[in-house]
Amino acid sequence: MKKNLRSQFPLLQADNELVYLDNAATTQTPSVVLDEIYKYYTKYRANIHRGIYDISEHASGAYEQVREIVARFIGADDISQIIFTRGTTESINLVAHGWAETHVQKGDEILVSELEHHSNFVPWYEVCKKTGAQMKIISLSDDFTLDMDAYARMLSKKVKLVCVTAISNVTGTTNDISTITRMAHEYGAKVLVDGAQGVAHRSCDVEKDDMDFFAFSGHKMYGPTGVGVLYGKPELLASMDPFLYGGGMVDLVSLEEVTYRDVPTRFEGGTPPIAQVIGLGAAVQFIETIGIQEICNHERMLSDYAHEKLSKIDGLTLFHPVINGSSILSFSMKGIHPHDIAAICNTQNIAIRAGHHCAQPLMKRLGVSATARISFGIYNTKEDIDALILALHAVQEKFI
Amino acid sequence: MDIYSEIILDHYKHPHHHGLLSDVKDHITVHNPLCGDTITIEVMTDPHDRIENVGFESTGCAISTATMSMLSDRIIGKTCEDVIQMTPEDIQSMLGVTLSPSRIKCAILGQEAVVRSLEHKA
Ligand SMILES: Cc1ncc(COP(=O)(O)O)c(C=O)c1O
Repeated sequence: MKKNLRSQFPLLQADNELVYLDNAATTQTPSVVLDEIYKYYTKYRANIHRGIYDISEHASGAYEQVREIVARFIGADDISQIIFTRGTTESINLVAHGWAETHVQKGDEILVSELEHHSNFVPWYEVCKKTGAQMKIISLSDDFTLDMDAYARMLSKKVKLVCVTAISNVTGTTNDISTITRMAHEYGAKVLVDGAQGVAHRSCDVEKDDMDFFAFSGHKMYGPTGVGVLYGKPELLASMDPFLYGGGMVDLVSLEEVTYRDVPTRFEGGTPPIAQVIGLGAAVQFIETIGIQEICNHERMLSDYAHEKLSKIDGLTLFHPVINGSSILSFSMKGIHPHDIAAICNTQNIAIRAGHHCAQPLMKRLGVSATARISFGIYNTKEDIDALILALHAVQEKFI
Repeated sequence: MDIYSEIILDHYKHPHHHGLLSDVKDHITVHNPLCGDTITIEVMTDPHDRIENVGFESTGCAISTATMSMLSDRIIGKTCEDVIQMTPEDIQSMLGVTLSPSRIKCAILGQEAVVRSLEHKA
């Protein structure tokens, strides 16, 4: 990183000693994002779309402009392909209710990778329960990458949907999305990509990678909580039912008939998270100003450094692929529970996560009930990793 | 405050009542949904419904395992009602440490296991 970006994050400035290594859970917010949100609340707060007065026009314009910003950022052709939601979970549920429940039937199959977060697992479990379709798991190889041969064998005309994460929130495995979509499309299957851990760390291009659906959250990309995005191909969005009915998404309402507004507005029932969408736009611009390649290189350097240092600790097992590993690393330590690792790190003001990371099927595959996890953001440094390594030695001393 | 006291670490490394009782067939398992930790437990009672013996196995952190260990010692001779009456404060004072809200969840899993096991028998 050309300069230390820590100074642009008020929380990290206020607590200068904090070593924040839980970016996969949520990232910190830079001033430019906070400023945009503050500006909305103090200068032009109004509800959008229906106001015939200046500040409402201003708010509507700012809100709609973020669609353009996001579309460009992920390589979408058209702003109508960008739906604002509350986050990845809601985006995936929208596809599950609005599309899968009416396009998947008994006898069909949905393939879900073993790496998935519960939010890209449980909705498909429920869709299969309701429709009678079958959910099948694409397994993980021993090197923590998806078993692409198994995937190839599982594909058939029965497969209607393949659900994979861009980057695993546990192992940091980076999936080869363009290959996954190409293979699925040969059988006419659609692909939903969970981009929650992707967008802030790797270039994600929905057109180039030919994704059918793409979901992500603002709060994992330096934006505010409470906002996310669903991208969909136009023909899929056109055939999708709304799942939040109410104001904002209707055209005409009478006792006899209700007509709905066009895509994407028909999927945004109710007053949307206006301030958060505006903040999301600022977050995208923040990432673009630094440059996604620069971010990727910096985090790769950190991840390689951490991989090397962690590997040297006796009794530590890493769950992280050597190739295609991203800025997320999980590990366990012999005889020490991940909670205790995290609690002792906390006494040194180092924030790491411990638990099942909402990926219980993956925990089972890894043969553990929980892992300790570190995940980097643009403000992390080698010194942060050095501090962690020292803390892990202290953990061992306590427990030996 | 260092919650990893000598006593807690000792109970974690060498938990009392560890291992399921061979002469009790019923065992039940409780989970902490936040972290996926589990305790599998068997409780033996006498004809007056007093706890005679406890055996458990767990995948848990130092706090949850040490609490289960200390609790097992403490509840011998007690009734289900006595165990239900224990408050999170009682458990913290038994441990001799103050816990943050998220770690209190680790500590009360053992109590839940005992109560559920007794209810299961009843
Ligand atoms: C890979 C992945 N998918 C989905 C989610 C869910 O995101 P959200 O909670 O913002 O809906 C997360 C969050 O932890 C994640 O890491």
